[in-house]
Amino acid sequence: MKTKKLLKRNEFYVAVTIFLLSLVIQLRSGQFFTANNFVDLARAMIIPGMLTMGVMMEIISGGIDVSFPAISMLSMYATLELLLKTEYDGPVALAFAVATMIGLCLGLINGALICWLKLPAFIITLGTSSIYLGFMQAVLKSHTSSLLPGPVSRMVKSFLLTVTNQELGISSSLPSVFVFLIIIVAFTAFLLKYTMLGRGIYALGGDPVAAERAGFHVNGIRLFVYGFMGALAGFVGITRTILVGSCQPNSLIGYEMTCIAAVVLGGTRISGGHGTVTGSLLGALLLTMVSNSLILMGIPTYWSKFVTGILIILGTGVSAYQALKRQKQLAANVLED
Amino acid sequence: MSDVMLQISQISKAFGGVQALDKVDLEIRRGEIHCLAGGNGSGKSTLIKIISGYYKADSGTISIEGHDHSKLNPIEAIMSGIQVIYQDFSVFPNLTVAENIAMYDAVASKQKLQNWKRTAETAKNTMDKLGITIPPDALVEELPVADRQLVAICRAMVHDAKLIIMDEPTTALTRREVDKLFGIIRILQQKGIAILFVSHKLDEVFEIADNFTILRNGKKVISDAASNVDNDKFIYYMTGRAIKKENFTPKEIRKDKPLFEVRDLCLEKGFEHISFKVYAGEVLGIVGLLGSGRTELAESLFGLLPSTSGDILIDGEAVRIRTPQDAIRHKIGYVPEDRLTEGLFLGQPIENNMMLANIDALTTKRKMIDWKTLHEHAGAWRDELSIKMGAMNALITTLSGGNQQKVVLAKWLEIQPKVLILNGPTVGVDIGAKYDLHAYLHRLAEAMETAIIVISDDIPELIENCNRIIVMKQGRLTGEYSNKEVTEQELMSAVTAQKEEADEN
Repeated sequence: MKTKKLLKRNEFYVAVTIFLLSLVIQLRSGQFFTANNFVDLARAMIIPGMLTMGVMMEIISGGIDVSFPAISMLSMYATLELLLKTEYDGPVALAFAVATMIGLCLGLINGALICWLKLPAFIITLGTSSIYLGFMQAVLKSHTSSLLPGPVSRMVKSFLLTVTNQELGISSSLPSVFVFLIIIVAFTAFLLKYTMLGRGIYALGGDPVAAERAGFHVNGIRLFVYGFMGALAGFVGITRTILVGSCQPNSLIGYEMTCIAAVVLGGTRISGGHGTVTGSLLGALLLTMVSNSLILMGIPTYWSKFVTGILIILGTGVSAYQALKRQKQLAANVLED
Repeated sequence: MSDVMLQISQISKAFGGVQALDKVDLEIRRGEIHCLAGGNGSGKSTLIKIISGYYKADSGTISIEGHDHSKLNPIEAIMSGIQVIYQDFSVFPNLTVAENIAMYDAVASKQKLQNWKRTAETAKNTMDKLGITIPPDALVEELPVADRQLVAICRAMVHDAKLIIMDEPTTALTRREVDKLFGIIRILQQKGIAILFVSHKLDEVFEIADNFTILRNGKKVISDAASNVDNDKFIYYMTGRAIKKENFTPKEIRKDKPLFEVRDLCLEKGFEHISFKVYAGEVLGIVGLLGSGRTELAESLFGLLPSTSGDILIDGEAVRIRTPQDAIRHKIGYVPEDRLTEGLFLGQPIENNMMLANIDALTTKRKMIDWKTLHEHAGAWRDELSIKMGAMNALITTLSGGNQQKVVLAKWLEIQPKVLILNGPTVGVDIGAKYDLHAYLHRLAEAMETAIIVISDDIPELIENCNRIIVMKQGRLTGEYSNKEVTEQELMSAVTAQKEEADEN
């Protein structure tokens, strides 16, 4: 019974794929199961790992978001500009706080528009994405710059641990901001599983009318979900600057699709109501491995998009096929009844 | 404190000039099963919404267990023990049975955290109380419809329900599931819970209800014990007209050449070796349980599921039906099982829905739509079938179920069908409209132009309307009966006998 249940889940197939892919990479390059590679993967997981938590929550609630890269970049750029202009030199926490607040406001704008106009979230966020990006480029006249405020700049060199490969003489370091990934993942997992707000998000995604009849404040839940994504995106903006070591206001354009792909690959249903933290993390890990580790096998990086596409179709296809079989089974039961 | 659970007196409610309820009284005692009946637009839904606190009455009083609650709101209604089970059940398909059952209670308790242990306990206790065994960790979307309804009933029970309102609870259920539901309703009754049961299926009302109240045009017509009335009286109260229930007997059957014939028709995984004839003047009934292949047969005749072998003959000539377009070209009309998903375009006006099947004929020489003729034809069908509607260009969803079904029928009558197949034609249709539809089918049969086939599992309906009834079981035809000779019980056992046989296999 337990194994049967496991076989129904997308997470299982993603985990198997990850395992097989890592074996193949190991056989071809001998470089996968090394401390260096693990640290590099963990580092590469920070941004997609955080963002998928927010997107997953939105998709579970029956919505979607394509504006979070724009929110992230705008919050990041505005915060850095502000700190540079004021020559701020206090704790770096303020940079995170300011960017998170800006992101929260932008996310709440999304949420409010969705509640108020009752338009599909896709259309609203498509619009606001363009507005946020345009605002950053036109009003703030954004440009790439390596000049960072002091506190942010100092964070760039803050690592949890460093591993060095003696043979090759390469060392990889895990940035301190990795801690935030763990905190955010733990928070999201707790929220979704153990709070009534989290259960409300699932309920809303399952059937909005029923959720309202059950006494959930559905608009409040929607506001929370989009606000959370916005705040998270703002936070990620600063995190990313620290990882990259410079201010790159256009670097996340198009990243929404990668995150949505990771979430869907991890078993979250695009129609809402279903999704797990484990699944989304596995999805993000698989896509990160494809874009990070294919190069270890000597496959040119531009193939990674191709492989990602195949994985999305296969990965979601397996569970869709299972669901179809289940439905047929159900119909057959009716026949017997 | 007396044992009156709910007392409603002189309730009135108007919506912008339309008097939805006019001085209605209703009294329900503890442990009473009370049936609320009435045609569409009789005010049933308005009354339910007032009892559950969603609407405020313009005048009149509501008292629950002797306390005045004339300004009832939804929360107060739930707190007083009133629970509504909606037609769509309002369960969460993506959540487990246990979480669904415990959900209302969890939300109402204003707890911030989800307590999984308590959820499991609540679900188990409630299901035990009612003798229901559904795996608590199954997802609701994996359950059959009847089980979803049981989940909704359990959920209502959790909240210390004293009055459970069920809005047409049997519409989507098979006979066997209805029996199970009634068993549970009786358990609820023994626990002193009052049930307000909304239905317009007469046999069910007489089977389960202690008392009944009938509304018509917003007024209470009668409130009495179910044992005090019979079928005919009940229908009279509901429709305001005496409807004679008389089994259909064709005035004349032209036996020389069948209008429609099926020879040895087979569909892989659907049905096999189906042969029958329909003569002019007849209404043929096909009865079978869910899964007997009855719907597959209908869809096959209409080209939705092209048959794998066999012949279809219209007026003695073999025709090829591979697609619905073929069927329409050969003047076959099909009133499907579920009008909402298969029979109508819900986002479209009444008129477009009505004229759709014949749209090719309603064009001018330049291949533009001939709106003038179209309007005329639509108006003619409205009068012919006495469809109650406002404007022709209003959305189809503004009509009641019965009138929607008449529109579906009109759509096919407009092509002047040689063959008309009706699958469950009166599901969710109120008695008045049901009578109209039946009467029209009889007239259509007497016009000798159309072969009429009614497919259904509603045995009384078939006996009343079809002069010949054939039984379908496990994809085969297993018997033929005349409605003059067969009784409901005989036909029922012919249909269910196959069931036991199937179980043994």
